Amino acid sequence: MKCRRHSQRQTSVSALCGAAAVIGWLLVAILADLLAPLDPLKSMTPLALPGATGEGGVTFWLGTDLLGRDILSRLIYGTRTVVVLSAVATLSAYVLGVGAGLFAGYVRGFADTALSFLANVMLSFPVLVLYIVVITAIGSSATNVVLAIAFGSAPVIFRVTRALTIDISKRDFVTVAIGLGEARWRILASDILPNAAGPLTADMCLRFGYSAVAVGALGFLGLGPPPPTPDWGSMISDGRGLAIVYPHLIVFPCLAISSLMLAMSLVADGLHQLSLAR
Amino acid sequence: MATDPSREQISGGEPILAISELSVTLPRGADRPMAVDHVSLELRRGEILCLVGESGAGKSVLANAIMGATSHGLAIAGKSSIRLCGQELVGLPDRVMRRIRGNRIAMIFQEPTAALNPSMTAGQQIEEVFALHSNLGPAAGRQRALALLEATRLPDPRRISQSYPYQLSGGECQRVVIAMAIAMAPDILVADEPTSALDATAQAEILSLLRALRGSLRLGILFITHDFGVVAEIADRIAVMLAGRVVETGPAERIFADPQHIYTRTLLEAVPSLTPPKNDANEKPLESALLTVENLSKSFGSARVVDDVTLTLARGRTLAVVGESGAGKSTLAKTIVRLVEPSAGRVLLRAADLANLSRAELRAQRGAVQLIFQDPYGSLNPRRRIGEAIARAAQLAGIGRVASRQTALGLIALVGLPREAYDRRPSQFSGGQRQRVNIARALAIQPEALILDEALTGLDVVMQARILALLRDLQKKLGIAFMLITHDLRVAAQFSDQIAVMKGGKLLELGPTEQVLTNPKHPYTAELLAAAPGRRAQFGKPRTGEPAS
Repeated sequence: MKCRRHSQRQTSVSALCGAAAVIGWLLVAILADLLAPLDPLKSMTPLALPGATGEGGVTFWLGTDLLGRDILSRLIYGTRTVVVLSAVATLSAYVLGVGAGLFAGYVRGFADTALSFLANVMLSFPVLVLYIVVITAIGSSATNVVLAIAFGSAPVIFRVTRALTIDISKRDFVTVAIGLGEARWRILASDILPNAAGPLTADMCLRFGYSAVAVGALGFLGLGPPPPTPDWGSMISDGRGLAIVYPHLIVFPCLAISSLMLAMSLVADGLHQLSLAR
Repeated sequence: MATDPSREQISGGEPILAISELSVTLPRGADRPMAVDHVSLELRRGEILCLVGESGAGKSVLANAIMGATSHGLAIAGKSSIRLCGQELVGLPDRVMRRIRGNRIAMIFQEPTAALNPSMTAGQQIEEVFALHSNLGPAAGRQRALALLEATRLPDPRRISQSYPYQLSGGECQRVVIAMAIAMAPDILVADEPTSALDATAQAEILSLLRALRGSLRLGILFITHDFGVVAEIADRIAVMLAGRVVETGPAERIFADPQHIYTRTLLEAVPSLTPPKNDANEKPLESALLTVENLSKSFGSARVVDDVTLTLARGRTLAVVGESGAGKSTLAKTIVRLVEPSAGRVLLRAADLANLSRAELRAQRGAVQLIFQDPYGSLNPRRRIGEAIARAAQLAGIGRVASRQTALGLIALVGLPREAYDRRPSQFSGGQRQRVNIARALAIQPEALILDEALTGLDVVMQARILALLRDLQKKLGIAFMLITHDLRVAAQFSDQIAVMKGGKLLELGPTEQVLTNPKHPYTAELLAAAPGRRAQFGKPRTGEPAS
């Protein structure tokens, strides 16, 4: 008993830390214009080390890259790219996956078979390969990154939602709603979706983290938003050739990606615990 | 009151279990400080002591305390004492208690299937008891296991011992559990609602088995139940519990004939009699048919679950459908309202044939016949405030958004819940309260017929009587027809105008309640009547009907 309470408190503490970090990154994205000390696109002293001072007395807190752009400022502006792209991608994936999952799980029959088959086909590709195929097919742009990630994650969300829907629609209160003559869409919206929301919200946080990593990975592969847009993935990619000599080129963007991912996982974990406790 | 002639008189065996001043405290913030409050009880060898009381009275907590297994958050208080043949059990280290459990005190539960390991055969599970508590070899263990299965009157013990729990019926599983419980010839058997989940005939067999074991093994049995029929059938002595206290103890005959405590009297008076009230049905004017079921069948694959059923439900009347589990009663109900598609037949609601309407037409007709399920927990959306759930049903009946709130509040008051209930969620209500919410919601859509599928089964007698009174009242005021699906013949006797008897999906008998209960036409009906527990006992004051035979 004591032990369980202890671990619950630990969970909520770590979830709060995670939430704080996520909020911190969001603030960075929103306030990038105020926070960034320098122009992220302007070339100054190339390959300055962290803490070095450049012309005009400016300090490069995290150093500069090959083209002499301030890494701190690029990192701060890059937050926007990552946060916006991964949030939009995750939300689109959810709209798609939850919509199709609710429909297939409630209606069953041929629609379910067809959608499940499609989802299985998509799931049989490694996610990264799927991204690359989609991006090479439709070209690399911010919109297409969102599309690729949304289509890549939707099948998993579809499967989770479908399973939850099938389970919940077998419960008596759904049968009662049918018996009252309630319309199908209303049963989905007010009886099934609210009861599936707990696990889905936890999953959404986790998936937001995955999307952030995916945005980074696509940037790294040169499939992200085209240069010179500041983007964590392409920062790592650009710096990796000189990483042994100038580790600051990649250490900071790597830390940024991992911290965001870790924070989202902690929040997801906390939400999961919360939905279990209820 | 009449006594059961088959019951041997047990007199004054030595006390084997002496409980004195037993208190179990509840965690802070519970509805009362103690789950069990200064209880003193004695159980003698060869005696069945029935512990009765409403759900939440502390019966199961008491049983668990005897087993030395109080759940988390509960604690046995200071002066408590539980003595088994003079040996104090309170405060024994778990290592010692483990040897006493199963060896000298055994327990059986309400859900026999949950008490058995699904991946082991019945025989293996009994042999495991010997492996744990004795040094019997495997071969000898197997022999003893077979002997035990025979002792619990299982047909073909060899087959049963090689069967997995899922291959056995509920009654057979419970007998396997009993075989495990008596394997080490314990002094005491604690039975927590052991027959509540079983059919009437299986229940009768288990009760007679326990009575026999009490005699042959000189077992002391602490039998927990809320069913007074069962109490009348099996108890030597009765202890009545209310809110953690034992308010009355005494020999069964005395308690039934002359209850002292007002609560005991309330309980006994709430037990419905098996004798239907006289003349009630004949006085009511004839009513036109509301719902006509014609040759309705439902098959799942090759299994005909509902087989050619024809019946009518008249306006303002009550039809009880009785039968054991698996008789097809629930499927019949769901097929009537077309929550399950019928395989054949017609369901006429006035002129419309529900069985052949299109989906849109059916939705418009749905409100007319409402179904209330057995499980009050599952029937309410846990995420929805109950007032909103009721108001939504009213909206479906065509009442406006604003007015529906008033309707819901009115219905909440009608079923006897406080106004504040509107904004609460289902988890804040007890089972009985939730069932009243379900009734309020079903009424909100202004149905002409209400099908209650074992809707009162999980409730204790007092709550059951209250809900039945409410339903009777509604029928008088609004002329609603009820179809009451139940396996409790007592409720059927008191509440219905007609009884339909089902078995194996077929309708065996249909007739006026009085005629079916006093002069059954079909042998199976007679069999069901004979299995009804406590059929010879008379509880509380005699009612309008004649005294039981």
